[in-house]
Amino acid sequence: MVAIIDYGVGNLFSLKSSLSFLGADVIVTSDENELKKADQIILPGVGAFEDAAKKLKETGLDIIIKELAKKGKPLMGICLGMQLLFDRSFEYGEHEGLGLIKGDVVAIKDDVSADLKIPHIGWNSLKFNGEPSPIFSNINDGDCVYFVHSFYAKNCDKSVIATTQYGATLTAAVADKNVYGCQFHPEKSGAVGLNILKAFLDLKEK
Amino acid sequence: MITKRIIPCLDVKDGRVVKGVNFEGLSDVSSPITLAKFYSDCGADELVFYDITASSDGRKLFTDILCETAKSVFIPLTVGGGINTVEDFDRVLKCGADKVSVNSGAIKNPDLIYQAAKLYGDQCVVISADVKRVDGVFRVFAKGGRENTGMEAIKWIKRCVSNGAGEVVLNSIDTDGVKKGFDLEMLDKVCNAVNVPVIASGGAGCIEDFITLFNTLPKVDAGLAASIFHFGEVKISDLKAEMAKANIPTRLS
Repeated sequence: MVAIIDYGVGNLFSLKSSLSFLGADVIVTSDENELKKADQIILPGVGAFEDAAKKLKETGLDIIIKELAKKGKPLMGICLGMQLLFDRSFEYGEHEGLGLIKGDVVAIKDDVSADLKIPHIGWNSLKFNGEPSPIFSNINDGDCVYFVHSFYAKNCDKSVIATTQYGATLTAAVADKNVYGCQFHPEKSGAVGLNILKAFLDLKEK
Repeated sequence: MITKRIIPCLDVKDGRVVKGVNFEGLSDVSSPITLAKFYSDCGADELVFYDITASSDGRKLFTDILCETAKSVFIPLTVGGGINTVEDFDRVLKCGADKVSVNSGAIKNPDLIYQAAKLYGDQCVVISADVKRVDGVFRVFAKGGRENTGMEAIKWIKRCVSNGAGEVVLNSIDTDGVKKGFDLEMLDKVCNAVNVPVIASGGAGCIEDFITLFNTLPKVDAGLAASIFHFGEVKISDLKAEMAKANIPTRLS
């Protein structure tokens, strides 16, 4: 069973559908016991960092997620869910994240030329960083995935498993042991995205 | 490099695709689900579902169909048609739409874009504008292109974008259906006026029209068409192969 963490942020319809499509037993939950039982957990999210981080804290989910991640349960953050994995974000102020992966979340516009359109929306290609990560075992370097974001993770050199080019080299995906993050939306990235999710569903708690 | 998007548009009435679809080998060419899956497999980068239903029963059928489609097609889905209120946004987003395009709804109530962008984010709100030259001036038309609103188009589109529209679909009434290429002059003006993605619509008749579009106006992000894809005049897989050959950034699947 794979659990999607429900903390009132964003629309989970497509993510849930894509996992069901892959034949997974999916649960959308904020219940600690259900999350403990799950083989993998996914932290989704669309919207503002501050609001999302606050919701995780208020519900106590921040502590549960950190505990489960430290115990070795495969965890994947998607889009804002990925950004929440980092130490802090500079989206409208400075806000603390989960600190599961080292790095900062910063505005794309501060690092690219002013005429570039923000958000970065559309299909862009992945460039693997070093050996392909386990979640990329079913896809190829150069494959395109679907992005929608205005902020990106920086100063996370060692954990970067893929980048993409948009006026600058942007972090597309990260991993630190059993913790994974995708800036793009695998649930909206066609066959390539499904293959990433499929590989994640094959991961086991160590 | 971010790739140029190719977007087929499906007109849906009472749960069925209309405007004649002509494909061999598809069991039910009027099923939006079958067609959406087909296009997704051919390499379409995004799909637009346009609801041309007038009745509330038809609306319900439309959202059911959208839900079903979103359960098996995993590329971005944009919904347009009959979007007049924030509740309409909510209705289609809950069924798996990623973006919602507004046209007449925004003309009737210009606040709609601001309200929706605040609730769902700029990336979710698309302004779709039907534009036609009247005495040498670009004017916005409402009601499916039948009624001249008198509004100057560039000004209107800029206003929508500053209210929070994250993307513009520019449909040129002058070139629509003519199949002699996109309206490059109109598109150029809009691209220079806003800094959000611009989707070209109206006028594509062959593969070369898309190549000309992206080569002439590198600022255009996507090309949208309906009948040339439905009738198989342009096959999306061929189109994308030709785009890649012409060194246009293209997602090949």
